[in-house]
Amino acid sequence: MAQQIRIALRNCGKLDPEKIEQYIAQSGYLALEKALFDNKPEDILKLIIDSGLRGRGGGGFPTGIKWQAAAKQKSDEKFVICNADEGDPGAFMDRAVLEGDPHSVLEAMTIAGYCIGANKGIIYIRAEYPLAIERLNVAIDQAYKMGFLGKNIMGTAFSFDISIKLGAGAFVCGEETALIKSIEGKRGEPIVKPPFPAEKGLWMKPTIVNNVETYASVCPIIVNGLEWFRGVGTEKSPGTKVFALAGKINNVGLVEVPMGSTLREVVYEIGGGIKDGKEFKAVQTGGPSGGCITKESLDTPITYENLIQIGSMMGSGGMIVLDEDDCMVNIAKFYLEFTLDESCGKCTPCRVGNTRMFELLEDITEGRGTQLTITKLETLANTIKKASLCGLGQTAPNPVLSTMKYFKHEYEEHINNKKCRAKVCRELLTFEIVADKCVGCSLCARNCPVFCIHGEPKTPFVIDQKACIKCGSCVEKCNFDAITVS
Amino acid sequence: MSRITINDIQVEVFKDATILDAAKEVGIYIPTLCHLDLEQFNIENKAGSCRICMVDVDTNGRKKMMPACCTPVEEGMVVKTNTPEVVEVRRTVLQLLLSDHPFECLTCPKSLDCELQALAKKFGIYEVTCTGKMSTYEIDHSSKSIKRDLSKCIMCRRCETVCTTMQTVGVLSGFGRGFKAVVAPPEMEPLTESVCVFCGQCVNACPTAALTEINYISDVWKAINNPNKKVIVQTAPAVRVGIGEEFGLPAGTEATGMLTAGLRRLGFDAVFDTNFSADLTIMEEAHELIERVKKNENLPILTSCCPGWINFLEFQFPELLNIPSTCKSPQQMFGAIAKSYYAEKIGVKPEDMVVVSIMPCLAKKYEASREEFIKDGITDVDYVLTTRELAQMLKEAGINLDKLKDEEYDNPLGESSGAAVIFGASGGVLEAALRTAYEWITKKTLGNVNFKDVRGMEGVKEATVDIDGLKVNVAVTSGLGNARKILTKIKKGEANYHAIEIMACPGGCLNGGGQPYIHGDTSILDKRLKAIYSIDESKVIRKSHENPYIKKLYDEFLIEPGSHKSHDLLHTQYFKKNK
Repeated sequence: MAQQIRIALRNCGKLDPEKIEQYIAQSGYLALEKALFDNKPEDILKLIIDSGLRGRGGGGFPTGIKWQAAAKQKSDEKFVICNADEGDPGAFMDRAVLEGDPHSVLEAMTIAGYCIGANKGIIYIRAEYPLAIERLNVAIDQAYKMGFLGKNIMGTAFSFDISIKLGAGAFVCGEETALIKSIEGKRGEPIVKPPFPAEKGLWMKPTIVNNVETYASVCPIIVNGLEWFRGVGTEKSPGTKVFALAGKINNVGLVEVPMGSTLREVVYEIGGGIKDGKEFKAVQTGGPSGGCITKESLDTPITYENLIQIGSMMGSGGMIVLDEDDCMVNIAKFYLEFTLDESCGKCTPCRVGNTRMFELLEDITEGRGTQLTITKLETLANTIKKASLCGLGQTAPNPVLSTMKYFKHEYEEHINNKKCRAKVCRELLTFEIVADKCVGCSLCARNCPVFCIHGEPKTPFVIDQKACIKCGSCVEKCNFDAITVS
Repeated sequence: MSRITINDIQVEVFKDATILDAAKEVGIYIPTLCHLDLEQFNIENKAGSCRICMVDVDTNGRKKMMPACCTPVEEGMVVKTNTPEVVEVRRTVLQLLLSDHPFECLTCPKSLDCELQALAKKFGIYEVTCTGKMSTYEIDHSSKSIKRDLSKCIMCRRCETVCTTMQTVGVLSGFGRGFKAVVAPPEMEPLTESVCVFCGQCVNACPTAALTEINYISDVWKAINNPNKKVIVQTAPAVRVGIGEEFGLPAGTEATGMLTAGLRRLGFDAVFDTNFSADLTIMEEAHELIERVKKNENLPILTSCCPGWINFLEFQFPELLNIPSTCKSPQQMFGAIAKSYYAEKIGVKPEDMVVVSIMPCLAKKYEASREEFIKDGITDVDYVLTTRELAQMLKEAGINLDKLKDEEYDNPLGESSGAAVIFGASGGVLEAALRTAYEWITKKTLGNVNFKDVRGMEGVKEATVDIDGLKVNVAVTSGLGNARKILTKIKKGEANYHAIEIMACPGGCLNGGGQPYIHGDTSILDKRLKAIYSIDESKVIRKSHENPYIKKLYDEFLIEPGSHKSHDLLHTQYFKKNK
């Protein structure tokens, strides 16, 4: 597809992931060889810092700086962790890399170990990814056999081991300190930073935690050089980013585009536009931690800073396209509900605050909202953002805040007019039988679960609005399009 | 050292200090809730979970709100603790906590002792603006000691820190997630299904009423008001140095006389002292120690006064069941003697006698219910009240303890030596035993009765005592985490001790799970400790075997330490408990 440049996904689909020879044929393990034989750890470190590579897992922290912080620490043991606990709804780029090109991650982790002086790597991967785990196991075996892992790699003095640790599917374990607790066999709960993992991480030893896609971007930088990498993307956000396109879009799936591409290019040129010719409403990026981007921002270049500025974030790269049939209040509620389920419950703002926010959103979508509801939402969102312990809580209000910012009118319609323009919030809908169209067949009345449709056969039926539970089964059953929803 | 600025005040603090430490240094108050610093015992709950102590922090231009209790200072940091923004965030966090907390303050056992309530008062919260669904859980009153009401749990994790880190019992930990997260035993099982030893340190640590004692006040009132029952009471050593705090007296006030007077006002038929049976315990335990040291078998001997530690042994070290002293605890010895020797003396049938204990302890409630201490349907001890419950009873009866004139204990079970009162502090039992053992072994008078090496709040204390050439190696440990270390050593055969005193609660009974709440102020414990040793100093008789009423008890009834009758009434055995 046009506009795409593949760095992280360079080998996915092109080679048999269970054959190390094919990876080697694609310059695989060349970066490791270059690192070990032609460079000192500090040279590689400098290269990664200068390349401007930033964490692809969400926060966008400069990868080289993180490595440098761990490299500086003096310790008998250090750890390199790969965060493969991908959990954003709709995101699956890490899985694609691990299933399609596992060696690219192993190689980069080994290089990271060489840079920071670590001899142990751990891949924390969710147990729901059986194929990725299998491919990783095969790849690790092969790498050991070929001498790319284990003692004295490629005959040098450097040794590095990698093992796999399965996660039980808690979203919060994607947060680096919670992930570390989970590896230690403790309750997967974040802890206060500082100290940062680079100082005191796994077993209180210096540790770096990077995301799969970040590792997958490392080797090409070493093989192709700084200029090549900086030639792609923007000054502050060099390189590419993989997005998982989903929602109301014609071409769904993974795309990898240079940083700085516009949303319009991704949605219309690569994604093929909105399904069924409907009107574009917004794109939700950054998953439950992100926010929505409206059509006014379609031409904004996608970079870490720009997305934060317009109230969203890069996140791990979920991109869900919304059209006119999506209710933005309901979308906010959907993401908040995800966060509610995934909160570990440790700190007050996230444990209780998000629950209260969710209840306020329910008030709005179920017709109980008032202006005070909005004020309360704003106060709570503000506190939760500032006072939560980890990133999960700090970003949880984002979907609400961003929809309130760009779609305030939808909130107000729900509150003032008790109306949901997308016809999603059932409690706000009115089901009515159009007398002219009704033939009096009684099918709707017989299917109504609360028996609130009355009438004589062969005359128009009527819905008792007070008793109606707005389940919609009458609409589904009617053969004459005689029931309207408003 | 790092220099930082708090509210425009410059302060220099140690590198590892937190913002909260630094603020204290310059007298700036930052509210806290989940934070608990048991400085004496090197235990700190720094979960950073409640978010009440949020402050504005500017580190080299990076501005962020951070929790003061667990954020280390950094050179040049600029901290603001009271901006409108900070206050707003704290108030909202407190509103959130209150929105999921039952509004039962009027009937709550922790009312006026609750740290959440105190914060709401301090913040001037007169209305909870934030409402929604509330957590509801079944109350766990499966045990005789500890009541768990999870609807009042605020996830501060203090109980978890003391249970798991300090005591290494590991019953309480985070369970469930999101809104349903609480601190509970594994799989939310009742406490009786867990390895809980009922030390009650969790109750002391809990800022709300999620963990409280099982209350027996109404049972005791019923007994007192029953004309057909002879109701007698015993008071443990540590109670007299704690109870004053409940009546506004300064910590460390010795309130023995007021306590005795107050108990008499409540209507007890006789007011006796557990110190009497502490002296009795020494008679039996010193005898046992000497026998075992002479034969050089089954050593070290471990003290058995503390039911929390005995539970710990039965769960965690069943292979060592044969080494503790077989002596019952002073509480149980008292009951056994009261319902035999004393009952006979005053012509009351044991079944018509009710023995009530006032204890600084929650495990004592459990101990009183152990099957070994019930014989032909007669229990040694009928009801156990904590120091806190007694204060409650006195207040209910309109008795202002602090206004009472001192009174004496009744006899024959009220006289005690200085060796008995020090049972209330870690090291006291061993010191008391040494005072008697020394004289029995050497047949000489012990000049200096103070064994200072075994005193104090330290977790593990060791000493070698020269008893006329016989070198006796002793150790004293308090806090089950410390006990575990010693027990592990014994198990591995690495320990070379003759006698060891173990107490479940750090510092001993003066810091028991039934004592007035200290809310993390461990300096109160030092004051209680001082008071205990000053009572000892003030006594004319400071060795258990010199207590005239103890001598009389042996002359008239028990014959001699280790006699058949002693074994029958004053000794017990231990059983393996399944994990």
